[in-house]
Parts: sequence; C-alpha cells; structure tokens
Amino acid sequence: MRHLFLVIAWGLWASLALGLAPGLALGQVTYERILNADKEPGNWLTYSGNYSSHRYSPLDAITRDNVASLRPVWVFQTGGGGSLETSPIVVDGIMYITRPPGTVIALDVRTGRTLWSWSRPMPEKLLTLGFPRTNRGVAILGETLYYGTLDSYVVALDASSGAVRWEKEVADNALGYSITAAPLAVKDKIIVGISGGEAGVRGFLDAYDAATGERLWRLWTVPGEGEPGNDTWGGDSWKTGGATTWLTGSYDPDTNLLYWGTGNPAPDWNGDSRPGDNLYSCSLIAVDLDTGTLEWHFQFTPHDVHDWDANQIPILVDANLGGETRKMVAMANRNAFFYLIDRTSGEFLLANPYAKQTWAKEIDETGRPVVLPDTEPTEEGNLLWPSLQGATNWFSPSYSPRTKMLYVAVREMSSYYFKAESVYEPGTSFLGGGERALQGDDAAGAIRALDISTGEVKWEFRQHSPPWAGVLSTAGDLVFAGTEEGNFFALDAESGEPLWHFQTGDDVRSNPIAFEIDGKQHIAVAAGQVLFVFGL
Amino acid sequence: MLGLRAAKHQSFGGLLMRHTVLLAFFLMLSAFAWAQTSGKQLFDSHCARCHGIGGTGGEGPSLTRLVLQHAGDDEALSSVIVNGIPNSDMPGNWMLGTNDVKAVAEYVRSLGRAEEEPLPGDAENGRRLYEGKGACNVCHIVAGEGGVIGPDLSNIGIVRGLAHLREALVAPGANVALNYVVVTARTKDGKELKGHRVNEDSFTVQLRDESGRYHSLDKLELASFEKKIGESLMPSYEGELTLEELDDLVSYLSSMRGEP
Repeated sequence: MRHLFLVIAWGLWASLALGLAPGLALGQVTYERILNADKEPGNWLTYSGNYSSHRYSPLDAITRDNVASLRPVWVFQTGGGGSLETSPIVVDGIMYITRPPGTVIALDVRTGRTLWSWSRPMPEKLLTLGFPRTNRGVAILGETLYYGTLDSYVVALDASSGAVRWEKEVADNALGYSITAAPLAVKDKIIVGISGGEAGVRGFLDAYDAATGERLWRLWTVPGEGEPGNDTWGGDSWKTGGATTWLTGSYDPDTNLLYWGTGNPAPDWNGDSRPGDNLYSCSLIAVDLDTGTLEWHFQFTPHDVHDWDANQIPILVDANLGGETRKMVAMANRNAFFYLIDRTSGEFLLANPYAKQTWAKEIDETGRPVVLPDTEPTEEGNLLWPSLQGATNWFSPSYSPRTKMLYVAVREMSSYYFKAESVYEPGTSFLGGGERALQGDDAAGAIRALDISTGEVKWEFRQHSPPWAGVLSTAGDLVFAGTEEGNFFALDAESGEPLWHFQTGDDVRSNPIAFEIDGKQHIAVAAGQVLFVFGL
Repeated sequence: MLGLRAAKHQSFGGLLMRHTVLLAFFLMLSAFAWAQTSGKQLFDSHCARCHGIGGTGGEGPSLTRLVLQHAGDDEALSSVIVNGIPNSDMPGNWMLGTNDVKAVAEYVRSLGRAEEEPLPGDAENGRRLYEGKGACNVCHIVAGEGGVIGPDLSNIGIVRGLAHLREALVAPGANVALNYVVVTARTKDGKELKGHRVNEDSFTVQLRDESGRYHSLDKLELASFEKKIGESLMPSYEGELTLEELDDLVSYLSSMRGEP
C-alpha cells in the first residue's frame, strides 16, 4: 500500500516537473530535492530556502519594474495563539505553517484554504523561560513533517494528513528545555536545536533517525568533565552553562558539516560563577553530520555577559577574499560584528562592525574581541550598544548571489545592563541581572546591505524602529523585509531604494519566502496572527 | 528635587522594614532560593525610570495607591510585572526571576500602604489658575470641557506623579509622549506643516496640526521631515506663574482622578 502510494506520488511529482496541471498531490521530498532546492524555486523546501541558508529565491517574475503592482492574493487568519514567527515551507501546492503554542497547519497555496490542522495540547506547567511561546517552522523529508514543540518533543507528522508517525522527548521541559526552532532535515537525519539558556540548562545539538525517531547522536555544547573546553568554566558552572542551539543551522554536503550557532552562557549577566571563555557558548560550531563530532568551533563573544547569543543564521558562501575564492561561512552576529570564517578549517578571516557598538575596541587578528574597560553590567546599570537583543537576532538575513551582498535587518538600540545575584534552581530563571533598553525615538532600525567579501555597508534603508523581521532577496533584484509598525516592503537590491510597501496591520515578526502558485511567483510573510500571500 | 523625594521616602522606612521581615519569612518558607537583590533595588533599576523613585509616578502612574487599576490582586500584579500591559507603554520584564518578581510585587504593595505624598499647594487655587491665568483649558479637556490639542487631563492625577506634573509645566518638552512628539514637514510643493506626530512607521507619518486637522503623509514624498525632540507645542509656565502658583496648579492636576 505504502509502495503504491510512493509510485503514485512519484508519478505526480514527475508530472509536476513536466509542467503539467498541478494538483494538491504530494511528492516525495527527497534529500536530493532539498540539496538542489535552487533548481525548483517554485517550492520552498527548507527553513532558509537552501542548505546554505541564503533565503534567496531564484524566481525573477517580480521585478523592480513591476513590484509596485504587488497586492495580497489571500490571507490566512490563524486566530489567536500569539504573534506568528513561522517561516512557511511550500511543497507541490501545499504550504505548511505553524501557530503558537503547538499547531501545524497545511494550506492550499492557491486559495489559502485549510487542508488539515494538528495541535499538540501543551501541559499546564509548560516552561518557556526567557522567550515568547513561539515556533519558527517545520522541516520536511520524504512524506513527513518534523516539528519541535515548546514542551521539548520532536513530532513526525504525515504531510498529507497531519497524522502522528512518531514523537520523541528531546529533553525535560521541567528543567526549562524547549524547542522553538524549525528542525533541519539532512539525508536520513533530523537535526534538532534546543532552547532554555535562561533556565540554566546545558545545551546540546541532537540528530534523530527520520524514519524511527531514534536518537542517533547528541553533541553537548558545554563540554563535560575531562573533555577539552571544560576548563573554560569554573567549578560546576558547566552543568548549568546554557549555550543552547535555538535557531536552525546550515549544511555543506562537501564538508559534510553542519554549521550551527550557540547561545549565551548562563547566568546571562553575571559571569562571576563561570570564570573563563565558557566554551562553546556564543560560538559557531561545525559538526560532522554522520557522527555528531565537533570538528571545529569559533567563539564570537568569549565569556559573554550581555546575552549576545550567536543564534543567527550561518550563511555559506564561496566568495572572493583577497583575490581567491574561499569556502566561507558568514555571520552578522548579535554582538554587532560581521564575520567571515573558513568553513573547512574554522580559520578566522575577518570581522567588521555593521552596527553601532561600544563594547569592543576591535576584533584582533585571531578573531578575539578586544573588550573595552567598564563594559560589564553593574548594579546601577551600564549603558552599552547594542542592546540585549543585539544588532540583529534570530530573524534571517539574506544573501543574493547576484549582488554578492548580505542583507541584514539591523537593530540600532542601546541598553542599561544590570548585574544581580543569581542562584541556580532547576526550572527557574537563571539570569543574574537584566536590561532596560532605550526605546522610542532613541532607537531605530535598518536594512543594511553588506559586501559579502568585506562586510562593508554598501547601502542602508532606515526603519522607524528596531525590527524583528527577516529578509528575503530574489533574482528579480528585490529585497523584502518588514517592520514592527506593520510595513512589509520591497527595496532595490542594488541601491536600497524603496519600491513598494504594504501595511499589514500588525507587527511583522517572521521571515518572508518566495514560491509559485500555478507557475507564478508569490511572496508570503506572516504579520501578527495573519499569513499574507502577495502576487502580481 | 530627586534627593528631596528620596529623603521623604526614608520616612516610611520603618514600614518597609516590617515588610522586608515578612517577605524574608515568606521566602524562607518557599521552595525557591532567596535572590539577593531586594525588591526596592530591582524597582529602582527597572521600574523607577517611569514610575519614579518610591513609585511616586512620572511618565508612568504613581503606585502609591492601595488599588492599582491593572493589578487587582497579587497574581495580577505579578503578571503585569512579568508580561507588561498590552497596548500601553508598560513593558514586560521577562528577565526577572520568580523570586525577583515576588520581591518587586511586595515592594509595590508596600508603596500602596505607605502614605501618599502630600499635595504641595492649594488645589482650589490651582483650579482657578487652570481656567484663568494658565488658560490650560484652551488646549486640554477635563471631564468633557475644554480644548483637545493636548492630552485629556481627566485622569492625570492617576497616571502622573507630582514631580512629572511639575516638570510638564516648567519644561513641557522634556518628556513628551510618543504620540505628542512635535514634527515639522515640508511637502515638495512647498507646504509647511507643524503638529503632533500621532503615529509613524517607516513609510508614513500621521500629523495632527494645531487646528486639530489630520494630515496623512508619505515620507518619501516629503521635501523634509523633522522630529523636534525636546520641544512641545505647550508653552512653559516657568516665570509665567510664581513658584507658589505652580505648587497650586500641580496640586489641582494631581487631584484630577477621574471623579466628576
């Protein structure tokens, strides 16, 4: 029966590929399809669009000349549950989105009508310490969707019906472990990152067997006793060290490495109990897909005391550096510096600030920040740029291979950082202080275009306030982004000139995507509790 | 002035001490560890910028009242501290731990049991000044009477403390609400506009001029657009009213608590 379904599914996929009338038939989303996602731009097969995490669409029907005519085609009201931060997946006529606290919804992309909806009841004592009850999307592999839950399970759902195939507890929510990130499906594995740094959990990255849910490996992001790096923590502080993996990473088939960001050390603002660099917090880790072995790491912010997680999107690029093409990973980090790192060896290549910062004199030739004096949080509060939420955050940047620019949504905001005592108690906040951000007209936002080879700012488009929305670039040489005041807009990818904007009526706190309906390019983005789809 | 208010705050130190003892006892009973930072310390660093040292109010409401509008019971108060108040300027404070929230909530409750700061002058004379020499009613509405260029002052005694009211009279541009920021705009055809920025996003601004008329403007279509941070359409009363008259007017404003 299952075999028969596969045959039918393959047949329908083949008919789609031949450009025949698309129906709501489900094709197998093989690893090879995701690996070659750029070759079927009518779909959006993985969180960031491809394994290199470019959030770039090769679709070019919407252009600088016609984008002014872009209009909503349909909207889907999720009806409660809080702001959507979901990044949709689109496969063969079906869009998959998530709604907090625990719902996955399949929609007909032509009409926005619901095909199925599945909800996981959340326990009464659900712990989400230090972040909103949100979810950023699903992964798809074969005929199955993979979804991480706030109560810290991974659930495999049949993509055609929403029926549960398997579920697996990743970690104990009673300790503060939780999942908000979309998993990453690679080969036969489902890679799952974890949240909970503000509860003083010990971070890790997991791989599960896509077919059975069996855990294949776990890499602790805080080394245990006797392991290299454990001596960068004082006493037992490593046991509650944080360094969580709460945003989807990237994958390079050539190196067979996963590239994943890690979060802040715990407690956030008081580092007294954890003397040392606190490896592998605030780092980029390169992990062997097959074994879960840590191949190399690069730490952006050693001994962080400002909550500057490195949970941003690692962008994999092959680009010119000093006259030769290098295989690199680029990251616009929360600490306000743009970094280039050799993605084969982990060698530091360069760093440049892309936003106002007052904490580091510079990044030295080894990649280590030269930290300015008197920048630690104090009892009275210490004013510093960037704010706790950083110069950017989880929302995605976008890399256009056409312009060779990285488009980053930037937060220009400062905070008073406070230090306080903190005692670890399982399942409670473990913070050691706090912040008070300067808001209103003291803060602003921008979309900045960075030269991928230097980090130099080529242009910027100012925003009224610091954004919480990601960026999409397209082969139509457009950049799409959103604001806290509800604007969803398009810029000229080469100049930053604004070309179109639409008022959605609520905060845009999600990442846009591009896909096709009946062979025509569309753009989707969530704002407030509503998903919008735009077309010409 | 801040020092004076801090000194006044010491006068109910005895009361605070009793509550600190009670609080410590309560926390010893609880399963949680006692966070070292006291409620007052946390309040001073996180809340006092808006609510004033000692909770006497400022940009945010005074908290020296037994009944708080959005926090009827202890659970609601804790929720307001953690989650903020939707559609208001009150932000959430998720970074406060469970014990910290309890400590802040207990401190806020202690403020409500403390004696309210006495009015500095004669509220009845303040009423006369409001309608007479000050002519405040030309721009402000109270209980349905008056102009509408400035904010409605019917509840101003609840949402603003004495220090903030005095500052608003002598330096009205020092602390302007986001929807009363003064902006000027010049259209490409040379039209000059000045008024309150009622709302703004990255592409548009909604301006209300001194006649009360709204102007919907596309920023990209403007020749210039400027925020006059530190300015207000309201004149300063410094030198216009005597210090005694200012005290009286502050007292009258503080007595406006929405009662007819």
